[in-house]
Amino acid sequence: MARGRVVTSEKIDTVGLSEDQLLDIYYKMKLGRAMGERQRLLQRMGKGSITYSCEGHEGVQVGMAAAMTPGKDWLFPYYRDTAFVLALGMSPRDVLMSFFARGGDINSGGKNMPSHFSSVPLRIVSEGAPVATQVPHAVGAALAAKIRGLDEVAVTTFGDGGSSPGDVHESMNFAGVHKCPVIFLCEFNYFAISVASRKQMAVENVAIRAAGYGFPGVTVDGNDVLAMYRAAKEAVERARAGEGATFIEAKTYRLVPHSSDDDDKRYRTAEALEAATKNEPIARFAETLRKLGALDDSKDEEITARVKSEVDDATEWAETEPNPTPEEALRHVYVEEK
Amino acid sequence: MAERNMIEAVHDAIQEEMRRDPSIIIMGEDVGEGGVFRATEGLQKEFGEDRVMDTPLAEAAIVGVALGASLNGIRPIAEIQFADFIHPAFDQIVSEVARLHYRSNGTWTCPVTIRTPYGAGIHGGPYHSQSIEAFYAHVPGLKVVCVATPYDAKGLLKSAIRDPNPVMVLEHKKAYRLFKQEIPEDDYTIPIGVAEVRREGTDISLITYGMMTHHSLKAAEAIEKEDGTSVEVIDLRSVKPWDKERVLESVKKTGKVLVVYEDNITGGFGAEVSATIAEEGFDYLDAPIMRVASPDVPIAPYAGVLEEYILPNPEKIAEGIRKLAAY
Repeated sequence: MARGRVVTSEKIDTVGLSEDQLLDIYYKMKLGRAMGERQRLLQRMGKGSITYSCEGHEGVQVGMAAAMTPGKDWLFPYYRDTAFVLALGMSPRDVLMSFFARGGDINSGGKNMPSHFSSVPLRIVSEGAPVATQVPHAVGAALAAKIRGLDEVAVTTFGDGGSSPGDVHESMNFAGVHKCPVIFLCEFNYFAISVASRKQMAVENVAIRAAGYGFPGVTVDGNDVLAMYRAAKEAVERARAGEGATFIEAKTYRLVPHSSDDDDKRYRTAEALEAATKNEPIARFAETLRKLGALDDSKDEEITARVKSEVDDATEWAETEPNPTPEEALRHVYVEEK
Repeated sequence: MAERNMIEAVHDAIQEEMRRDPSIIIMGEDVGEGGVFRATEGLQKEFGEDRVMDTPLAEAAIVGVALGASLNGIRPIAEIQFADFIHPAFDQIVSEVARLHYRSNGTWTCPVTIRTPYGAGIHGGPYHSQSIEAFYAHVPGLKVVCVATPYDAKGLLKSAIRDPNPVMVLEHKKAYRLFKQEIPEDDYTIPIGVAEVRREGTDISLITYGMMTHHSLKAAEAIEKEDGTSVEVIDLRSVKPWDKERVLESVKKTGKVLVVYEDNITGGFGAEVSATIAEEGFDYLDAPIMRVASPDVPIAPYAGVLEEYILPNPEKIAEGIRKLAAY
C-alpha cells in the first residue's frame, strides 16, 4: 500500500494507517461485498451450482488482511473468506473462475467447490470442506517458520461453528505448547448454518478458551474494521516477535444465507437481520471515513464505479473462459513425474 | 553389510535421511525419548528437539500439523505410535493429506511420511493389533507400504521420505525383532509398488504381504516337503500402488491363487487382489481364487488362545494350500 499522509482525528484512532491505506481497506471491503452479491446473482441466473459469500464479514477479513504481508504470511481460510483473499491480492477474475469452475481456475482448476480458495504465490492454502480441518495446517506452517527461523505468520479462519471440532482444540494446544506464530481468527457470526451460537458453546465469548491453551484470546467488534485491524496488528506483532499464538474472536453477522442452497428465514427473523444490517461494517467505515474527511460522495461513487467495473470485467472474462477438459479429472492425484 | 533387525533398520533409515536432508523432522508421541519401540533411539540427542519433536497426544494434530509444515519447507515424518490409534487422524489423512494435491489442481504438494507400527501376534489385544492398510489403500492420493523385513523397511522408508507424495509406511510390529538380516550400510532405496518374489514355485501363486509373508514361506516349505506342491510366494510390499503385473505374471504360470492376509476377510486388501485377478487373469485360472484371512471379529482378542484362534498362521495357510492344490 502506498503511504500518504497520516490521518488524525481527536476522536477516531486510525491505528497509524494513512488516508490511502484507509481508502484501500474501504475499497477492498466494497469489492468483497460486490463479489458476494455478484456470485449470488449469477447463481440465481443458473450460471453456477452454489455460492458461499462473505457479506457482513468484510470488516473482519479486510482488517486482518491489512495487518499481513501477502506472499510472506500464510492464510488457511474457510469458504466465507471472499473479501479476505481479494484483500490479499487474489483478483476478481480468479474468484469468478472458481465460481464458474473453469479449467484455468488457479484455485483448483474446477476440482474444488467455489470459494474454496487457493493461491501458491499468495500463500493462500487450498481448503477442504470438513469444518476446521485447515486449522492444524496453519499451526504446521507456523511451526515450520519457527523451526526455520523465519518471521512468517500463519492465519487461519473459521466460524463460531468451526470452533467446536476437535481439530481446533488439538491445534490450539499444539500451538500453545510449541509457541507457534499462528493466529486463530474466529469469524463469529452467531450461526453455524442454522444453529445459533448459544447451542454451539456455553460461553459468550469463545476467545476465553485461549487461556486454557496458554496464549491470549481477544474479542473484538468485527464490524469495526479499525478495531479489527488493531487486534490483528497486535497479534501479528506478537507472532513475529516469537511470542506465539493469539486467538481473535471477531463478532460480526452474516447478512446472507449460509449458501445459495440455504433459506435463512427458517432460523432467523427479519427483525434480527434488519438490526444487524444497521451495524454492518461497510456503512460504519464509510461514516468513519467521512468524519475523518477522507471520503465524500464523489470519492465514494468513484470507488463504487471502480468496484463495479472490476466485477463486470471478471464476470465477462470468467464466463467465457473454457471448461476444464474432461480428462483433467484424472490428473494430479499424485505428483506428475517430469 | 550390517546385521540389523527391522526396528534397527527403521532407525537407521530415519537417521541417515535426517543427516542427508536438514529439512526432515520426525514428530510424534514419545519420539524424543526414543519411542515405545526405540525407532528414534538417540535421535533427539543428535538432531535436537525441533527435529525430533515430542508432540501432544493428539493424532489429528500430529498429521495436520505435519501437513502444514510440509508446505513450508519441512519434510515431516509423522509417527503414530500404534496403527490402532490413527483413527482420530483419519479425516486429516483422507480429507486433507490425500486430497490437497488433487483439489489444488497439482499446485500444492505435501510430502508427508506417516509411519506406524501395525499388526497382531504380540498379545496386543483389540487396540494394539489392527491392520489398517485396507482403509488407506482405498484412498486416491496416498501411497501405502507394508513392510516386514529389515531390508525392505530401510529401503522403502527411505523411498517414502523422498517421495513428493504422502506415503504411509506400515511396519509390522511382530517383525520388528523377529530376525536379523544382512543389509547394506550404504544408502539404498526400494521403489514403492514393486513386489518381491520370496520363493519361486510352479503350482500355486500365494499372494501376501506383511507378517503373513513369513508365515506363508513356512507353510510353503512344509507343503513342498510333505506333498511336493510347489508354491510361489509373492510379497506385495506395497498395497497402493500394488504390483499387479508381477502377480498376473505368476498366475499365468501357476493357474491357482491363494491370497493370504492378516486383516478381517471382508473388504481386506486381499479382496481387491482377488477381484483384479478374477477380472484380468480369468483365462489363466484352473481353480477358484481362495483366501486365508482373519474371520470378521475385532483383531485381536488379548488372551493367547483367542488370538491364535483367529489369526492366520503357517498351519492354516498350509491347509489353504492343500485345499487349493486338490482342486
